[in-house]
Amino acid sequence: MTEMLIKNSFVFDPLNGINGEKMDIAIKDGKIIESVNDRSAKIIDATGLTVMPGAVDIHTHIAGGEVNTGRMIRPEDHIKDVVRKTALTRSGTGYSIPSTFVTGYRYSKMGYTTVMNPSMAPLGAKHTHEELNDIPLLDKASYPLLGDWWFVLEYLQKGDLDGCARHVAWMMETTKGYAIKIVNPGGLESWGFGRNVHSIDDPVPNFGITPREIICGLAKVNKMLNLPHSIHLHTNNLGIPGNYVTTLETMKALESVATEGKPVCHITHLQFSSFAGDNWGNMRSAAEEISKYINAHNHMTFDMGQIIFTDTTTMTADGPFEYTLYQLSGHKWVNSDVETETSGGIIPMRYKRKSAVNATQWSIGLELALLVKDPWKMFMTTDHPNAGPFFKYPKIIAWLTSRKARMATLKKCHKKAQRKSLLPSINRELSLYELAIVTRAGQAKALGLKDKGHLGVGADADVAIYNINPEKLDIAQKYKTARRAFGNAAYTIKDGIVVVKDGEVVQHVDGKTMWLDVEASEELKVDEDMKRKFKQYWTVEYENYPVFDHYVKISDPITVKASV
Amino acid sequence: MIVLTPLKKFQFPVQAENISPDVFQGKSVKKIASLTVWEGNKQKKLGDLFKIEETPAEAPDITINGDASEVRRVGQGMKTGEIIINGNAGMHLGEKMAGGKITVNGNASGWTGSSMKKGLIEIHGDASDYLASPYRGSSEGMRGGKIVVDGNVGSDSGCYLRGGEIIIKGNSGPFLGFHISKGAIYVEKNAGPRLGANMTGGKIIVSGVVEDLMPTFTVDGVKKKAKVDDDLKVEGPFYVFLGDLAEHGNGKLFISQPSNPQLGPIYDKYL
Repeated sequence: MTEMLIKNSFVFDPLNGINGEKMDIAIKDGKIIESVNDRSAKIIDATGLTVMPGAVDIHTHIAGGEVNTGRMIRPEDHIKDVVRKTALTRSGTGYSIPSTFVTGYRYSKMGYTTVMNPSMAPLGAKHTHEELNDIPLLDKASYPLLGDWWFVLEYLQKGDLDGCARHVAWMMETTKGYAIKIVNPGGLESWGFGRNVHSIDDPVPNFGITPREIICGLAKVNKMLNLPHSIHLHTNNLGIPGNYVTTLETMKALESVATEGKPVCHITHLQFSSFAGDNWGNMRSAAEEISKYINAHNHMTFDMGQIIFTDTTTMTADGPFEYTLYQLSGHKWVNSDVETETSGGIIPMRYKRKSAVNATQWSIGLELALLVKDPWKMFMTTDHPNAGPFFKYPKIIAWLTSRKARMATLKKCHKKAQRKSLLPSINRELSLYELAIVTRAGQAKALGLKDKGHLGVGADADVAIYNINPEKLDIAQKYKTARRAFGNAAYTIKDGIVVVKDGEVVQHVDGKTMWLDVEASEELKVDEDMKRKFKQYWTVEYENYPVFDHYVKISDPITVKASV
Repeated sequence: MIVLTPLKKFQFPVQAENISPDVFQGKSVKKIASLTVWEGNKQKKLGDLFKIEETPAEAPDITINGDASEVRRVGQGMKTGEIIINGNAGMHLGEKMAGGKITVNGNASGWTGSSMKKGLIEIHGDASDYLASPYRGSSEGMRGGKIVVDGNVGSDSGCYLRGGEIIIKGNSGPFLGFHISKGAIYVEKNAGPRLGANMTGGKIIVSGVVEDLMPTFTVDGVKKKAKVDDDLKVEGPFYVFLGDLAEHGNGKLFISQPSNPQLGPIYDKYL
């Protein structure tokens, strides 16, 4: 049996309250254990190195129909980042939408071991799982889009929450999904008719319910089903100046569903939902208003959606928003309507320092992350690839941990954005402990992943070791050294196997695909009416619709006992 | 001052971005011979594929004597110096070049001068498709410099032009000047269909016949002369069209009035 001992490292394990203590980590059979036999175990000498749990990404578009369409429309994106094969690794391409294998390698090089694909049209679930199967070195899961799913809208219209819950439970198994994803609730259904909703109280055409009812209804359903993650929400009016009002209203609406102790909603890429002003000319940051509310309430979690100044590709199920972007940029645009389920859009985008709007967006993301006092609420993402490719995370780490780093970037930004930015007034610099929260522990906790994001006994042996000596290196000053260290992990250990050493992939292993097996007291009966609807409204017959077990290469079902 | 002569007729494409004055500068013949190139999927030395000789200083920096139609990416990204190809040139000649001069005494293949920024390319034969156009999917077209083609060009030439001039002394294929926003293209003879589709700025001047004019252009007037650049003014008269209106564009098409009598009955009444 494989045993391993990581010796003399500085351990940052926030879920167990360990802050930079010098200690050893013992691993046996892919799990963390109390101790191993020093003589027979493989020893990793980590003297002077920082050890953290394997990093977790709560929101990154790495697989599925929209990702693949994005790849297809951007040959110019791939030619500038061609990855050759080696004796061990497969060839592929970057840049903003890397091929599956390159996605796995690049995440692993940064010490990531678990990533979540946040938007899966149920009709595209099979495709998504095929792609996830081909992403090595990582554990993955995917969130089906249920906010504009006809059946859910019908149940909510009738006020039948129990029925809705049983249906969602069935959908989790059918799509092999992990959490309820809601994108611009009501807006996507309206987009099918060329319209959108503009507040959380606008009625959805043909259903007569409002986004407020969809969000709160699904949040209640989520609670009834005891799902490990909360609902995962992309707000209405995303990416439109003045939208912070909608965001605040959404958060307030959810107060009624809130219970002590557990968040009821995760608002994703919050940066895009925190614009003040009424047009692009006077658009400014609403980070102050939003963070004030977040600091006073505990019923939600968030991630940043931090802008990186580079050429990237935006892709979201929010079709109407992508249309707005298309009108602004005039770039090539893909629009899609996924039958009765959701919509989608893709547009290439170059975020520029010299654009006042882009520079303000960049500032908003960091302001949010720094003004929200509790790191357990706000996590680090770029909403890959929407605000920037994931392998630029070390840059964000530098901005978060070093005032010097962010001021150096701010100096190069558009003058108007510099004047409006709150960053000069913020002195906070995240410590390594807080960084471990925003990049792994907090995300794992919000996702309800019991064996991830920490190094306690019984946890999965997913470990990242970085070449940073917290006693000698001040990451706030030497941010470039820190950036290099976080971009090239000294070791990444996946399930007790060293997969990356000194920033190079040294071993190929396949990751698991996690999905929820929800046990309700009464299972959904797939009746004739439902089958008839499939026949009438879908291009796929009901019999061919579910993702069968053999579609998932390494299946990791998580059993959840529902209270309905 | 280096002269390269192919040792054989290449069966596979040779990727030779190392054939560039910037790379050769200050290197001995021996060092140049050891530069790497790819022939198909095999990595080779430049000396394996070419006879390399040094000549007196007055000659251009690099001369290729012989058929180089399978030798790709010659002069890619070059900043200074001069290349002469006495024969046909391969794809991606002078791609992204930022200065210097390339002369082809023969025909040039696809993507010649793709996304170039500065410099001069003269082709004394025909040029193939995608002259000066960016790589597929990209919108980063030619920014500056000048391309002169004595013969004809293929389809999709001058796409996404953002500056500089292209002068074509022969005919042009379809989709000339697709999506250009600045700069000038001049065709001495005839232009193929979909001329200037999606253009938002810049100008295209055609002295010959225009096979088919897009309906998304509106006639603005008639002008006696059209200016390509400071050195070249073309005698007309020309119809001036504005478009592409589908893109809310403000580009100009100058179409010769005498060569295109078929346009008179349609557009004269709007003048």
